[in-house]
Amino acid sequence: MISDQITGPGPTMGTVPINSSGAANYVIPAQAEAALEKLTAQFPEIFFEARRFRDELTVYVPRENIVAVAQFLRDGEGLNYNYLADLTGNDWPDRDPRFEVIYQLYSLDHHTRLRLKVRVPENDCTCPSVTNVWGTSNWHEREVFDMFGITFDGHPDLRRILMPVEWEGHPLRQDYAIGWEEPEFTVRKVHRDYAKG
Amino acid sequence: MSTSTQDPKKIYDNIRSDMAPVEAMMKRNAMAAASTLTDRVTLERLVEDDHAPGDSERMIINMGPQHPSTHGVLRLVLELDGETVTKAEPVIGYLHTGMEKTMQSKSYQQAIVVTDRFDYTNVMGNNLAYCLAVEKLLGAEIPERAQALRVIVTELGRLSAHMVWLGTHALDLGAMTVYFYCFREREMIMDMFDVICGARLTASYDAPPEFFSLLKPFLEIIDERIDEYDYVLNNEIFKNRTQGIGALSKEELIDMAVSGPVARAAGINYDVRKANPYSGYEKYDFDVPLGTNGDVYDRYLVRVEEMRQSARIVRQALKTLPEGPIKCLDRNISLPPREELATSMEAVIYHFKLVTEGFHPPKNQEVYVTCEAPKGEIGFYIASDGGNKPYRCHLRGPSFVNLQSLPKMLEGRMLSDAVAIIGSIDIVLGEVDR
Repeated sequence: MISDQITGPGPTMGTVPINSSGAANYVIPAQAEAALEKLTAQFPEIFFEARRFRDELTVYVPRENIVAVAQFLRDGEGLNYNYLADLTGNDWPDRDPRFEVIYQLYSLDHHTRLRLKVRVPENDCTCPSVTNVWGTSNWHEREVFDMFGITFDGHPDLRRILMPVEWEGHPLRQDYAIGWEEPEFTVRKVHRDYAKG
Repeated sequence: MSTSTQDPKKIYDNIRSDMAPVEAMMKRNAMAAASTLTDRVTLERLVEDDHAPGDSERMIINMGPQHPSTHGVLRLVLELDGETVTKAEPVIGYLHTGMEKTMQSKSYQQAIVVTDRFDYTNVMGNNLAYCLAVEKLLGAEIPERAQALRVIVTELGRLSAHMVWLGTHALDLGAMTVYFYCFREREMIMDMFDVICGARLTASYDAPPEFFSLLKPFLEIIDERIDEYDYVLNNEIFKNRTQGIGALSKEELIDMAVSGPVARAAGINYDVRKANPYSGYEKYDFDVPLGTNGDVYDRYLVRVEEMRQSARIVRQALKTLPEGPIKCLDRNISLPPREELATSMEAVIYHFKLVTEGFHPPKNQEVYVTCEAPKGEIGFYIASDGGNKPYRCHLRGPSFVNLQSLPKMLEGRMLSDAVAIIGSIDIVLGEVDR
């Protein structure tokens, strides 16, 4: 189970509760709920934890099953999540599986969204690649590898994509502080004794 | 931040501020060497992959990062057989400045200006996508007048972005006239953005004052000006350079999650404004142009038609523009009116809290919100930890995703077609590299 209680530093001042009385009525699309039911029926041995917020449904998938689940969601009858809109990662240093890989699925048939999440522990920082299911995940997975240090098993070409190959560290991890870097091409002032030439 | 379980020395190696000058210089040299190494790794991989040893017929050339027709600092490593591209590999990251990390270090309101720098031809659209995501996180309700103004401004942004695209794309293909025509009309839009927010390019605005007096004459001329672009480009040379080039099948495009005009030119009927309407787009009557061949010429046709449709939407929104507030009325998330600060202590307290601290969305929740940017589906994923800064803010940039399909479009084409194809995808490197 996910731990919702973050033990780290919380908000600094007392929070004003958000008045949501005027908020639009968000409803989870029926197709997304149906997809969750079909998933449960297809994989009875897996427990799919689901979270609902606004009109978005998040389904947690065990790491070892992600490729099978992705394949089923893409090809299954009436599911057709054929469009992987986005794939990214997240880092919660105080939770036990520390990392998350987040898949934003979309169907071009019934135009609804579904979010999958895979939890990745820090000591075994790897996740199966879904490049065989959605070709678009190639660069996204490279970016997650670059930014979070999660390796993707079965990825055809796992290299850094935005940072230089020799860069150390993974910048989007929460413990990677925003600091400064030595800019290339900076001409430094050299104290030169002009009298000596 | 929280405690690290990793060796801190290793993580901060690149960014330590207490380095001795000699050490810092060594680090700088190492980083300069790293960029050379990136080159070497890419080249070696290409050579090892497909080259029979001693195959002297093939040549590897660099196109970019400083090449005028790559529209920024895109670098393509091309493997050529004569003049035919046999393999292409985009190398990106030259403009990477860690904008997601920057947004995560700013409060929700401050992060808005960072979104301007993603796709700098569609600043208002980026602002809108980000704001919609935060508003969904908060559950805020937006007044109708504000929604209609948003539609007007983003559609103007789309017109402006397509004008930049059309001008530069035609320029790449040797047609100079259209460039001047497009930038003439874009200047009018820039002036309007100047009026509503004070900035011309990286515009983030609050409330538009005398903007309508500029908008109305613009709407009168824009249709015939678009016909003018069409007229100038309706010639054999342009058609020969663009027809039947760069097409991919529908299945391939969906597999690569290509969106926007590139996908619609191949007949994929996906426009976020129609599929998942936001900001009241369902109220306006407009068509989504679809192509059939998916080649560079169809992308051109689709974009030019989209410009006409954008003008149509702006006209309707202007006609039906309701009166009323232009800001969310919830004082917990939106600043009180300026005049109230002189009379109401409560307003001062809300103002103070919002300016110094910001607001706190619900804890441990996340949203993914998409809009239709000129280049495709722009999406913001924002996760909240209950603090006043986005815990995780990720941009799904349409340029980044669309660029990934470039090698497939280039393979087997002539080198001179590469310029046309790159131009037709319409990338902005600020969004690719972030």
